[in-house]
Amino acid sequence: MKKLSYDVVILGGGAAGMGAIKGVLSQNASVLLIEREPSTGGVLNQCIHNGFGLQVFKKELTGPEYHEMYLETVEPFDAMYETTVLDVNFENSVLKAINAAGIYEIKYGALVLTTGARERPFEALRIPGSRPSGIFTAGLAQHFVNLENHLPGRRAVIIGSGDIGLIMARRLTLEGVEVEGVYEIMPYQGGLTRNVVQCLKDFNIPLHLSTSVVKIHGRERLEGVTVANFSDGNPVSGTERFVKCDTLVASVGLIPENDLVDKNIETSNDGGAVVDELMRTSVDNVFAAGNNVCIHDLVDFVTIEGETAGKNAARVAKGQKIPKREGFFKKGKGIRVLSVHYTTATVPFKMYVRVEHPMNMAMLKMNDTKLKVVLNAKPSEMIEIMLDPTKYNLKGEIVISATEVKK
Amino acid sequence: MNEKVVEMTCVVCPIGCDLKVTLDENGKFLSVTGNKCPKGAIYAKEEVTDPKRILPTSVKVIGGELPLVSVRTEKPIPKRLIFDAMKVIKSIHVNAPVKRGQVIIRNILNTKVNVIATRTVKENRKSP
Ligand SMILES: Cc1cc2nc3c(=O)[nH]c(=O)nc-3n(C[C@H](O)[C@H](O)[C@H](O)COP(=O)(O)OP(=O)(O)OC[C@H]3O[C@@H](n4cnc5c(N)ncnc54)[C@H](O)[C@@H]3O)c2cc1C
Ligand code: SF4
Repeated sequence: MKKLSYDVVILGGGAAGMGAIKGVLSQNASVLLIEREPSTGGVLNQCIHNGFGLQVFKKELTGPEYHEMYLETVEPFDAMYETTVLDVNFENSVLKAINAAGIYEIKYGALVLTTGARERPFEALRIPGSRPSGIFTAGLAQHFVNLENHLPGRRAVIIGSGDIGLIMARRLTLEGVEVEGVYEIMPYQGGLTRNVVQCLKDFNIPLHLSTSVVKIHGRERLEGVTVANFSDGNPVSGTERFVKCDTLVASVGLIPENDLVDKNIETSNDGGAVVDELMRTSVDNVFAAGNNVCIHDLVDFVTIEGETAGKNAARVAKGQKIPKREGFFKKGKGIRVLSVHYTTATVPFKMYVRVEHPMNMAMLKMNDTKLKVVLNAKPSEMIEIMLDPTKYNLKGEIVISATEVKK
Repeated sequence: MNEKVVEMTCVVCPIGCDLKVTLDENGKFLSVTGNKCPKGAIYAKEEVTDPKRILPTSVKVIGGELPLVSVRTEKPIPKRLIFDAMKVIKSIHVNAPVKRGQVIIRNILNTKVNVIATRTVKENRKSP
């Protein structure tokens, strides 16, 4: 077993991991990236559509451009690709990793978790019927089409209106696949409005709300699905209809990837790593950033989170004291997702929330203090809240809530 | 006057502002509200005359470490030309290596817009 030692080890080289590398290097600390794929970039590699970089680069880029342009701003760093971490010993700050060249024991001063998210599998939907070939998650379909030059089929039905599903509806249409429609069980869309406009409306692809698949047909290859209207999460009998298709693409959400560490660090009920605004987890020398903390709409914020995590990890690795947690945020009424969960109440920071359901006019509050009014708040669009400890009392338990208000 | 207000979402960036566009009785653009930046106004005006979109897709690579290189139109092209543009893009291939920003197709369909590579694809050293 080869032994290595670094100030900071970073697990996962997507947008958050690259940001973390830059953050560590800015503090003149040593850094090692461990990535299971052959290169950096993560999900950016397969997101060939435009919509990245408006905050960080002040222009609209595609995922691959964002990846390469950001990497060009990072000084050279040590990396191990196609490498898997076997386990992490949090008490001794040592991890074991393996690749084709051998097994490594790596000592770290601080660890940064930037492992991103994985797709919620199709099976999580528990749809009855056969399991022929032709069923894909949206991210897998995106990987096939954009990186491997394979088309999944000829006539596709998309289940779930999350962003990846919407983007794949356009992508498949452009490649000559007939997209019959997008079926969404909720009464509102799952992805950004801009994607509904430019991916569905531009190509006359219907979006069926309050509708979902109730049965799969076909033996070897998918032959079609039965769809039905839904009300309060249950199919409405008598509304079933058969839709012919040879491909079913499921875009039913992302789950923060924390399998390796979730027995040792605190996670929230949606699976994200719980952190404070310094991006520190419940273990003092372990930091986290990106989609494994909370699913982000915009890569720019992932990068910024990564940079913060890397910088603070380097400070801890070098023995600097960083302030302790003072405030704790709890989800109140009308809030589905919230991050960060803690604050040291020493520096201004951004908190991200998603509302529970669409609201025409949402009033966001911190305990009884009004924070801001958001027009047209939707669960699919993350809301940013600036919190400044010189303006608000951020100590103790703080409940964040969102309620519908009249004009 | 029979002014008409149409609602639309600006798709120029992921913020996705909700726009209210006022048109005159002939459907001509008069004014817009709801845009957080000037790009939204240009978008609204174009959207009611000749809508334009950036087209992101990919092109086959010969001799590369990857089978495809992602590409996009440098600027938005008229929406009505998107499928014709796809035909042109699908009919060609490039040879590795490909550099990010490299022009893959010049002046596609006489739009004065180039199609550029959005990533680097190195040569595949293993197979010729
Ligand atoms: C389909 C889709 C479309 C999007 N569209 C937009 C858009 O238009 N505009 C925008 O701004 N943002 C968009 N986003 C959001 C943004 O791109 C992502 O939130 C961001 O890139 C996520 O970065 P990340 O580093 O957190 O995760 P990832 O990119 O998922 O990176 C995680 C990395 O960790 C590695 N890894 C995981 N586990 C391990 C392990 N155990 N050991 C070693 N390595 C590991 C993975 O291989 C991967 O490289 C989109 C996201 C998706 C999925
Ligand atoms: S108006 Fe400006 S800020 Fe709003 S979506 Fe359009 S480009 Fe983005």
